[in-house]
Amino acid sequence: MLTPLMPSASSATVPIDILRFNTCGSVDDGKSTLIGRLLFDSKSIMEDQLAALERSADITGNGQINLANLTDGLRAEREQGITIDVAYRYFATPRRKFIIADTPGHIQYTRNMVTGASSANLSIVLIDARTGVIEQSRRHTALAGLLRIPHLVVAINKMDLVGWSEARFNEIRAEFEEFLPRLDIQDVKFIPLSALNGDNVVERSPHTPWYAGPPLLDHLETVHIASDWNLNGFRFPVQWVNRPHNPTNQTFHDFRGVSGQIAGGIVRTGQKLIALPAGVVTTVRQIWTYDGPVAEAFCPQSVTLVLDDDIDLSRGSMLVGTDHLPGTSRNLVAEICWMHPVALRRGKKYLLKHTTQTVPVVVTEILHKLNIATLDPEPEPAELAMNDLGEIRLQAAQPLYFDGYTTNRLTGSFILIEPGTNATVAAGLLAPPSEVIKPEIGDYAI
Amino acid sequence: MKSYHLDHLQHLETEAIHILREVAGEFERPALLFSGGKDSICLLRLAEKAFRPSDLPTPLLNIDTGHHFPELNEFRDQRAQELGAKLIIRTVEAAIAQGLAQPVPGEISRNRLQIPTLLAAIEEFRFDCCIGGARRDEEKARAKERFFSFRDRFGQWDPKNQRPEIWNLYNGRLNPGENMRVFPLSNWTEMDVWEYIQREQLAVPSIYFSHQRACVRRSGQWLPVNQLTPPTAREEVRNLVVRVRTIGDIMSTGCVESTATTVADIITEIAAARITERGSRADDKTSEAAMEDRKKAGYF
Ligand SMILES: Nc1nc2c(ncn2[C@@H]2O[C@H](COP(=O)(O)OP(=O)(O)OP(=O)(O)O)[C@@H](O)[C@H]2O)c(=O)[nH]1
Ligand SMILES: [Mg+2]
Repeated sequence: MLTPLMPSASSATVPIDILRFNTCGSVDDGKSTLIGRLLFDSKSIMEDQLAALERSADITGNGQINLANLTDGLRAEREQGITIDVAYRYFATPRRKFIIADTPGHIQYTRNMVTGASSANLSIVLIDARTGVIEQSRRHTALAGLLRIPHLVVAINKMDLVGWSEARFNEIRAEFEEFLPRLDIQDVKFIPLSALNGDNVVERSPHTPWYAGPPLLDHLETVHIASDWNLNGFRFPVQWVNRPHNPTNQTFHDFRGVSGQIAGGIVRTGQKLIALPAGVVTTVRQIWTYDGPVAEAFCPQSVTLVLDDDIDLSRGSMLVGTDHLPGTSRNLVAEICWMHPVALRRGKKYLLKHTTQTVPVVVTEILHKLNIATLDPEPEPAELAMNDLGEIRLQAAQPLYFDGYTTNRLTGSFILIEPGTNATVAAGLLAPPSEVIKPEIGDYAI
Repeated sequence: MKSYHLDHLQHLETEAIHILREVAGEFERPALLFSGGKDSICLLRLAEKAFRPSDLPTPLLNIDTGHHFPELNEFRDQRAQELGAKLIIRTVEAAIAQGLAQPVPGEISRNRLQIPTLLAAIEEFRFDCCIGGARRDEEKARAKERFFSFRDRFGQWDPKNQRPEIWNLYNGRLNPGENMRVFPLSNWTEMDVWEYIQREQLAVPSIYFSHQRACVRRSGQWLPVNQLTPPTAREEVRNLVVRVRTIGDIMSTGCVESTATTVADIITEIAAARITERGSRADDKTSEAAMEDRKKAGYF
């Protein structure tokens, strides 16, 4: 019944890489217009989409087509001319595939900006050249820094409204560069553009002879993206126990595997692994996949591991390699973005979802809150209100096995859920652990 | 050094498998919506990859409008049987007979009536999660959809108030009566779907390939001649060589002229296409917000 397929020829062709990016910045700075322009000028808009855009222009836009309507897909968004929730768009050029998240600038919808930004390799922060850097531009830039998005493009937009002034461009750039050192962003590029007219979006603009850099699309096509994945310490959070009940195929009668997505590192058949929380050492007998067993697998592949020993493993357990051990503690320090109208306070209890495990936690301390105006931490605030960024201490009902977010995004991140309403109230990034696990097992030394 | 690299389809695949296993881990009574169309065919293969050698932990659910292409239903039944999966079919016809769905006089399309039929099936089987094959690139209201899309006890989608979805941490928690719709193919494009069908050598219903069909010209499209909305004397009818790009009801699915007889031909055709696949669906053309309105009311 299950005939393992050979990998087909097409998987051997040159891999096309994907750049995931998002737009951010304050309300009305031109994010959606920029995405519309990028799609339009790169000929990624189909005829029927264009026809629909023209139809709606006749009704609402006195004959002018509105490029923002390409992503503002909700009625309420088109009526109010603002973006409320993230829109995802997909396009490709011969050089790369792109996944775009167009996120809202309005402060009320910061949680949706975080949703769109969390998976990005690159963020475009838009600044309205007339107003310059304002609080929401700083908040979004700080969020990009918090999420460790490696590449940033500062798109100084609406240059048509400031007479294409080089001086204005330099002024905003200097304003931005003043606070950049406080954020953890490796690569920043500044581009003067007009999203509305398409200057420096796909084509180089004749209005900016003083700008020597590439238009936006060129940069998006060529920026070097390193892998998001950590290939050092093996991490395998168990999602699902794979145990056929009445297999039609008798060879699977005694099959017992654990299924999951590798969250870090590489695993090989015959390798020793530590099962957590039990702390027991076991050996990989087989790496099972639908397409047949494989000798090794790596992050972020999804596989099913068959082990030598019949040990207690269920959803929420984690298998790890014997080097690059994860940390463990019930006491956690994390940077968070608070996303709920009711503020976070000391003593409040939440559910914390980390990898495949959900545990009760209590907030034991609010260490600091980021002042968005200065980007300086303010120690010991009374609370974190909606859209605040800060650092807190939590105590969990059971120990977590984790890494610092900067070491491994997948085992270093969590969300907080409010019991009862089930609302997702915070995104959290774990600080590096202060102690790693110490398996107390004789044959641990390998 | 060996390079540990996944190509874009392998990335999409592992993302979808992860989501399917999260569903199995977090929900008690999930169902997988299976129509026999190209997206749900990919979804089924991904479910096999996620759960084999075990049985699929979800039954397959199909809402039959009674206006399906016969080729589609044959394919659906055959595929479910091959997989040894449990297939639940609930028909709009029966929902009308039981008073669960009320047609408006003169309403021929069953698009709207699928909604109460689906919601009744969810209640009947107490499904807490329905996995669907919708993609964000299909339509601009869908482009706003989360992987885990929360529905209240009336099956409604509230697009202004969706749960944040950060990294790959999905919040699947529900109170009684609430429901989750999960879309593992969110990040797939039409091209990705066909490339995956090609790579996995998946069978698809014959109507995706070029065939002869009598078509009638209506609102700028070639629709299949059918008994429910027969051509009038003034309408132009032609025998054309066509295929379908997306399958809806027989009376609203536009046919495109095509000579594509293999998956490779289809991939070449899509690469050169200048209209989207939904450009051939009459049900989406009613208004700019047609899809959004249906989704708010509980559509797939
Ligand atoms: N003159 C000029 N106007 C622009 C430019 N880019 C955008 N606009 C206008 O600015 C207004 C806001 O544009 P949007 O693209 O909707 O802004 P946004 O950043 O997506 O807004 P939110 O998503 O609600 O935060 C619209 O009226 C645009 O036409 C530009 O380069 N020049
Ligand atoms: Mg916008």
